[in-house]
Amino acid sequence: MTATRPVVEMSAITVEFSGVRVLDDVDLTLYPGEVHALMGENGAGKSTLIGALAGTVPIRSGEVRIEGEERTPAGVARSRAEGIATVFQETHLSPHLTVAENVMIGNEVRGTFGIDWKANRARAAEVLARLGLDDLDPRSPLSALSPAVKQLVAVARALVLEPRVLILDEPTSSLDAAEVHTLLRVVRGLRDHGVAVLFVSHFIEQVFDVADRMTVLRGGRFVGEFPADELDRAELISKMIGEDIDALKALRSERLAHHYCASGEPTLRASELGRRGTLDPTDIELSRGEIVGLAGLNGSGRSELARLMGGAERADSGEIWMDGVRVQLRSPGAALRRRVALSTENLRDEGIIRGLTARENIVLALQAMRGWSRPLSAGERAGLVETYLDTLHLSPDDIDRPVEELSGGTQQKVLLARLLATRPHVLILDEPTRGIDIGAKLDIQRRVARLAGEGVAVVFISSQMEEVVRLSDRIVVLKDREKIGELSNGPGVTVDTIVEMIAADLDGESEELFGHDCDTGLVSVKQFTLNCSR
Amino acid sequence: MSTLTTHPAAEPTGVRALAKRLSLHLDTLPTAAAVVIFIGMIIYGEAAYGRIVQFNTLSNLLINNAHLIILAVGLTFVILTGGIDLSVGAVIAFSSVAGVMLINAGWNPWLAMALMVLIGTAFGTVSGILIQHFHVQPFIATLAMMFLGRGLASILSTVPERLADESPLRSLGTQIEIYDGPKVDDIVITPGVIIAAIVVAAAFFVLHRTRTGRTVYAIGGSEQSAALMGLPVAATKMWVYIISGTLAGLAAVVYTARLGSAQNITGIGWELDAIAATVIGGTLLTGGAGFVLGSVVGALVLGLMNVLITRDGGIPPEATTIITGGILLVFVLLQRAVLARRRE
Repeated sequence: MTATRPVVEMSAITVEFSGVRVLDDVDLTLYPGEVHALMGENGAGKSTLIGALAGTVPIRSGEVRIEGEERTPAGVARSRAEGIATVFQETHLSPHLTVAENVMIGNEVRGTFGIDWKANRARAAEVLARLGLDDLDPRSPLSALSPAVKQLVAVARALVLEPRVLILDEPTSSLDAAEVHTLLRVVRGLRDHGVAVLFVSHFIEQVFDVADRMTVLRGGRFVGEFPADELDRAELISKMIGEDIDALKALRSERLAHHYCASGEPTLRASELGRRGTLDPTDIELSRGEIVGLAGLNGSGRSELARLMGGAERADSGEIWMDGVRVQLRSPGAALRRRVALSTENLRDEGIIRGLTARENIVLALQAMRGWSRPLSAGERAGLVETYLDTLHLSPDDIDRPVEELSGGTQQKVLLARLLATRPHVLILDEPTRGIDIGAKLDIQRRVARLAGEGVAVVFISSQMEEVVRLSDRIVVLKDREKIGELSNGPGVTVDTIVEMIAADLDGESEELFGHDCDTGLVSVKQFTLNCSR
Repeated sequence: MSTLTTHPAAEPTGVRALAKRLSLHLDTLPTAAAVVIFIGMIIYGEAAYGRIVQFNTLSNLLINNAHLIILAVGLTFVILTGGIDLSVGAVIAFSSVAGVMLINAGWNPWLAMALMVLIGTAFGTVSGILIQHFHVQPFIATLAMMFLGRGLASILSTVPERLADESPLRSLGTQIEIYDGPKVDDIVITPGVIIAAIVVAAAFFVLHRTRTGRTVYAIGGSEQSAALMGLPVAATKMWVYIISGTLAGLAAVVYTARLGSAQNITGIGWELDAIAATVIGGTLLTGGAGFVLGSVVGALVLGLMNVLITRDGGIPPEATTIITGGILLVFVLLQRAVLARRRE
C-alpha cells in the first residue's frame, strides 16, 4: 500500500494567527486506501491542519500537493471540487434546511424543472441508510435532530461527494457505541475502496481500532509519523503529552496528600435547588478550602447546577444558604456581591468581553462590584494586573491586546484573574480546561489546587474525568439532570469508579449507552474512553 | 437510532397526523396565519361594508398592488439571507422620473423601460458590492443608496413628470377585461399584474428549485455554515441585492404605467411597506425561513387594509400607518411564538 503514490502531501506547513504560530513546519502524507489518524492533545493544531487542507485556514508557508500537483486550497467549495470532503468537528450544516437538502446541496440531482427533490431525497436516503439512518425521514428539518444524528448527516454529506479524501474531525464525539460501530465500519469500507481517510479523534481506542498510520502533533509541531502497529497506547500518549505527564501525576499525589476535613458551617449549602426542565431539585454543600468536582456525562446537569449556584439562572425551587444565612442569588451580580464567582463553560460568549483588552477584562468584575461611582485608580488597576500576571503566568505582551486575539488558554486565565480579583469565597469553574493547550491546562489545575489551600471553596467541572479525579476532595456525580451520588476522593478512586457509579444507576439500560466489547477490552462512552480490567 | 419514522404501520392518523406535519414545517405557520387573516379581513369587510367579495374589488386589489408585490418579492430574497434593502423606494423614484423624462425627450419607450429596470440593477449591484466586498452592514449600505437615489431623482426633477396617454409605457397599464360580470363587476387585469405573476412564479422557482435559491436559505440560517458547506455564499449574496434592485426597477415600470406620471417623492416609505409585507407573509427578519408566496399574501393584506379603511370612511387615512404597525406587531409576536416552540 505504501508503494503507491500519496494522494495528499502537505510539507512544512506553517500557520499563524495574529502572530501566534499555531502550526510550525508540519508534514502530513495521505495514501489512498489507508486510514491515517491525526493525534495530539487539545490545542496541538489538529483542527488547524485539517483547515489548511480543507481550505478554510490560510497557510503562511509550506506546500500542499494533491496527486502530485501543487494546489492552494482556498475554500471548501474548491476542496470539494478536488475530491476532498471534510466533516468538521463543529457540525456545520444549515439548521433551516431539511436533511435531504443538507446532504445533497452542492451535489443536487437536477431535472428539467430545476432541482428534482424526489430524486434528491431518494439519494439522500440511500446514503443515510449506509450510516444506519434508514429510519430518518429526509424531509425532516435539521434543527429537529439530536447532535449525534446531525453529525451523521454531516458525514452523509461528505460521502455523497464520493471523495478520494475523507477528513473526519472528531466524528464520534456525540455518537453512542452502536453509531460509532457503524461509522467505523463505513470508514473501513471506504478504505477498502481506495479512499484516503484522515481521522482525528481523542478516543484512543477507536483510533487503534481503525487506523493504519498515525501522525502525532504537539504544541503545533510535528512529532512524528508512525505505522499504527509500531506504537502502543502508552508510547502514543507520552508522545502526545510530552514531559507534562509527570507534572500531572505530581499534582494528583499532592491533592491526595491534602487531607480535607470539613468543619463548621458549610460556606454554601443548597437544598432542593432546581429548575424545571434542566435540573431536578438537588442538594449540595461546599466548605472553605474544599474542591468539589461535578462529574457526569453530557447533559447530566452539571453546568445547570453551576449556573444556578452562580446566579446565572433563576432557580424554580430550593434555597441557598451561605455561612448559615439564607441568600437569594438572583443574578450573577447578586452572586458576586455574595462572593460567589462563576466561570461558565461558554468562555467566548459569556466569559471574556471580546472587544476589551485583557487588562480591562481583569478589572471588570471588581469594578462592577464597586459600582460606577467609585472607579478603581490607575494604581489599583495596575497593581491588580501585576499580581495576576505573576501568579497565572500571563505574558506582559498579551495584557494590552484585545482579548479575542489571545489563545484559549490565556483567555481562560484572564477570566480566572477577573474572578479572583473579587476575592470570592466560592469559585465555580465550568470546563476551565476545555480546548486549551496542555501548558495552560496544567497552570489552571495547579492554581485551582492552590486556591483551595487559600481557603476558597471551589466547584470544578470538566468532561475529562481524569481532571476531576485528580483535583477534587469530593466528587458529586450527576446523571440525566439529577444527582445520583457523592463520594470522597481517595487513592482508590479512579475514573472507572465514577463510570461504574453512572452505569450502575442505569438499571439495564447499560447496553444502550455503553458498548462493552470485552474482546478488545474497551468501553467507550460519549466523552471518555477507558479500559475494562480483564 | 430512529428519530423521525416513516414506517406505515406507525403512521398516526387524523389530528395527530396534521399536528405532526405541522411540527415538521413549523416555519409555514406564520404564512398560514397570514392567509387566515387575509380571508378573515375579506369576510369582515364583506360583513361590515359590503361589496368586498366582488370581482372588481379583488381585481383592483391586484392591479393597485402589483408594484408592491414585485417589491416584496425582491425584498424577500434579501431578507431571507438576513439582510435588508432600504433603497427600493428611492430606486423607484429615480428610475421612474428618469424613464418618463427620457420618453418625453423622445427616446424609444421600450428602450427607456429597459433602462428603468437597469437603473434598478445598477443600484442593486452597488449595494451588493458595498455589502459583500466592503463588508458594510446591509442596513447602512442600502440606506446610503436610498439617499443617493432620492437625491438623484430630485436633481432630475421636483415636479410631476407626465406621460402622454398614448405612450407604449402606459399600455402596460391598460385594463384587460377577462370576464364580464354584471354591471361593473368584471374581472380585470393589467399587463402589470401579469408581470407581477411572472415575477412571483420565477422567484418561487429560483428559491425552491435552484442551488442559488437554497443557498439563499442556507445563508440566512448560518452564513458560516453555508460557507463551510462549500456553497457559493459570496456570489449569492451579491445576487440577492442585484435581484432586489432589478425588481425595484421593474416595479417602477409597472407603477408608472398605471399612474402615467412620475415624481421624485414617489415611493417614500415603500421599502417599509415591502418589508412589512414580507414579514407579515411569514419571513423571519433574521433570515433563513420564509416563503415568497407569503410575501404576496402580505402585500395583499396591506392593500386590503387600505381598501377597508377607505370603505369605512370613519377611520382617518392617517390611521393607516398605526394599523399597519399593529398588524405587523401581531405577526412578529406570532413568529416569536413559533420560534420558541421550535427551540423546545
